[in-house]
Amino acid sequence: MKSEQQYIELYNEAGALIKQKSCPVMNAVRDEAFRVFEAKGFPSKKVERYKYTDVDAAFAPNYGISLNPIEIKAPQPCKEGDARKQYVFSLKNAPIDLAPYYNNVADKADALTALNTALVHDGLLIYVPKNECPADPIQIDNWLQGTAATMMNRRVLVILEQGAQATIIINDHAADKQRFLTTQVVEVVCKDNSHLDMYEIEETTPLCSRFSNVYIREGRDCSVKHNSITLFNGQTRNLCDVYLTGENSEVTLNGCVITDKNQRVDNNTLIDHQVSNCNSNELYKYVVDGQSVGAFAGKILVEKDAQKTTSQETNSNLCASSDARMFTQPMLEIYADDVKCAHGSTVGVMDETALFYMRQRGIPEDEARTLLKNAFMGQVIDQIQLRPLRDKLYVKVEKRFRGELDKCEDCRLCK
Amino acid sequence: MSESNEFVRNVAEKKYEFGFTTDVHTEIIDKGLNEDVIRIISQKKGEPDWLLQFRLDAYRYWLTQQQPTWGHVTLPEIDYQAISYYADPTAKSKDSEKKEIDPELMKTFDKLGIPLEERLALSGTAVDAVMDSVSVKTTFKEKLSEKGIIFCSISEAVKEHPDLVKKYLGSVVPPKDNYFAALNSAVFSDGSFVYIPKNTRCPMELSTYFRINARNTGQFERTLIVCDEGSYVSYLEGCTAPMRDENQLHAAIVEIVIMDNSEVKYSTVQNWYPGDAEGKGGVLNLVTKRGDLRGVNSKLSWTQVETGSAITWKYPSCVLRGDNSQAEFYSVAVTNNHQEADTGTKMIHMGKNTRSTIISKGISAGKSQNSYRGLVRVTKNADGARNYSSCDSLLLGSECGAHTFPYMDIHNNTATIEHEATTSKINEDQLMYCNQRGISTEEAVGLIVNGYAKDVINKLPMEFAVEAQKLLSVSLEGTVG
Repeated sequence: MKSEQQYIELYNEAGALIKQKSCPVMNAVRDEAFRVFEAKGFPSKKVERYKYTDVDAAFAPNYGISLNPIEIKAPQPCKEGDARKQYVFSLKNAPIDLAPYYNNVADKADALTALNTALVHDGLLIYVPKNECPADPIQIDNWLQGTAATMMNRRVLVILEQGAQATIIINDHAADKQRFLTTQVVEVVCKDNSHLDMYEIEETTPLCSRFSNVYIREGRDCSVKHNSITLFNGQTRNLCDVYLTGENSEVTLNGCVITDKNQRVDNNTLIDHQVSNCNSNELYKYVVDGQSVGAFAGKILVEKDAQKTTSQETNSNLCASSDARMFTQPMLEIYADDVKCAHGSTVGVMDETALFYMRQRGIPEDEARTLLKNAFMGQVIDQIQLRPLRDKLYVKVEKRFRGELDKCEDCRLCK
Repeated sequence: MSESNEFVRNVAEKKYEFGFTTDVHTEIIDKGLNEDVIRIISQKKGEPDWLLQFRLDAYRYWLTQQQPTWGHVTLPEIDYQAISYYADPTAKSKDSEKKEIDPELMKTFDKLGIPLEERLALSGTAVDAVMDSVSVKTTFKEKLSEKGIIFCSISEAVKEHPDLVKKYLGSVVPPKDNYFAALNSAVFSDGSFVYIPKNTRCPMELSTYFRINARNTGQFERTLIVCDEGSYVSYLEGCTAPMRDENQLHAAIVEIVIMDNSEVKYSTVQNWYPGDAEGKGGVLNLVTKRGDLRGVNSKLSWTQVETGSAITWKYPSCVLRGDNSQAEFYSVAVTNNHQEADTGTKMIHMGKNTRSTIISKGISAGKSQNSYRGLVRVTKNADGARNYSSCDSLLLGSECGAHTFPYMDIHNNTATIEHEATTSKINEDQLMYCNQRGISTEEAVGLIVNGYAKDVINKLPMEFAVEAQKLLSVSLEGTVG
């Protein structure tokens, strides 16, 4: 039996129950999404975008799925009497009609998005009205808890109206030593002149598998920064697609990945320049150690009418052990002539002369190596604009390289 | 302005100057592909039983496979039964007098600038001229054999040096390597065989000239180059075809074996018929080329200038097996009108301290699509591997596309791999500078493109470099203005 079969059976049996717990907007597209999934099944390694991740194997084990999930409550103000405006809602209790947005940014043909759309019963909506800017960053903490192997399907919809601004942090944590499988679909709609700063930070356990698909659609004069940080995980597959549909917009994708042991991280990005005068920047850095495997595939697509596009893509990687493996695939697909696009990619070793220099000055080799790795990742962390988060990440990255995060994976001190 | 437009049009229209056909009696076997056809080809060439078996095994495997679709090219549905797999333009002369070559054939090669008479040849180049499925003539054979160098057609090699052929044929590109390699292994006709014995520096450039002439045929040549210890050879390959409305299939295999301390330089100027301005006709160039650097300190250098073919889909590759081996790949691919190219290289680092360099320059004009696709793989034991890749694309015109798809698979922590790529159009400041100095835009583009491709052209042997430069300017005529 192929592993999609159990999900098809699950939907056939429990589809009605999921619908009952969900809302009309989500149910409207559910059956169609299920049919897409049923027809396609899980993508094999022959599918170009899934070349480096064995999806079938990840979904094969028998995970429990909760059909009676906890209600997502609208977040309460942190302090009593706090009159701050509410920007976060559950999809069920959305203040606006979601039909034009829900599942309309995402790639409907993607099998994992389709599976998520079919199984998810509720999600979060971040809605920032016109010309507003929440005073504080919005933080979503995903806690994986359970007493048995569990599958979780998460959905987030972000809508920034014209001229709105927001900073969003999504954290992934695992509280229990269990096998967790998560699928996540994040759809972001940035209307004209809006600005978004988004961070996704994963700190789970080697038992967790995460399949995240992020889709961002930008209008005119927008700017979006998306940062994907994988500090600790089991198997991770992050897809990030950005569609630039209005002129003068820009997007920055940053990524920081640190792996060791048998971890796997596969980042797959697409920046689709549909109109002219847009600008994109991409920087992903990996440090792969142990027997871990890192993969990066980033495509910059410049469509026929997207003249005056500028784009820069960089992927730098450090292989820190002889068993680690790195795949990298920076791609340019360009159909317009008046463009300036470039990409660069390196896989290398630590600078021996720098190591030698530090050891001459009495810094032990291990320490010197950690310093160099820190400096290597610094380039990505430096770009984080949210000061407290940046400071915290400096500490965490250093701890990660020293193996300290690993030791205290059960304690919550560093969380 | 109108005057220059007319000039441009004239040049553009007569662009493909090798599009003539030769009227020569050609023996063509019936169209279609089946085991009998393979037996006929094998029989006509008087091949031993093991080779027939090699062909049949490849054919049976091919039957189980499907034509690949992953390339960034729109490969038309190829009707493999509508192609004739063997065409022999020398058939008539074989019947009458053995040594005579039909004067028509001599004329054809003269016209192509490949004189088959040794006294007329450019000094220092030995030529194997292949038309359709048969090698017409190989020059300077005797002179080379004095040094122990074998340079002949592969059919001849099968008869005269069966041990060598049996040992190396299919050892670099196995018949089951890919769909087109399996097809070639089943029906391959002529091609060149080169063997350089130990400690020999080949005194002249060896060259093969391929020509498709007959209608509804494909060319399936097979080239095998073996360079034994401590030797050196430089090998050139050129190709043209007549202008025809239908697509012609060219599915060749080139295998190169390089032993300890030896070096092979392989240069190609590919100028198959690219189809007309509307994208009708043209050669489908689906070639498997691979070099196996078996020995320590061995070196292989691929240089290619790709200007022709409706579709080019090939990746000349290097397997760096020997310690300290070095591989280089220099490529200029020009596409115009409706041409499509998906080409690049594969560098598989397996030995210790191996080095590879990739320089690729793509130029797309008209409505063409030009892709670079390359793989750099460093296996687990390939300590100290070093690779540098640089892929630049130049876009001339708003309807063409330039794409870069590099793949890197690094499984060793001592490897240093660098890749960089840029895509842009010609710098307007440079054009303006030339215009100011009275150089027309057309000429200026030619100058800039030639400068851009210089890194690669410089690696070609002298005679080829001149030809390549001319080709480059001719291929791009009519793209400006």
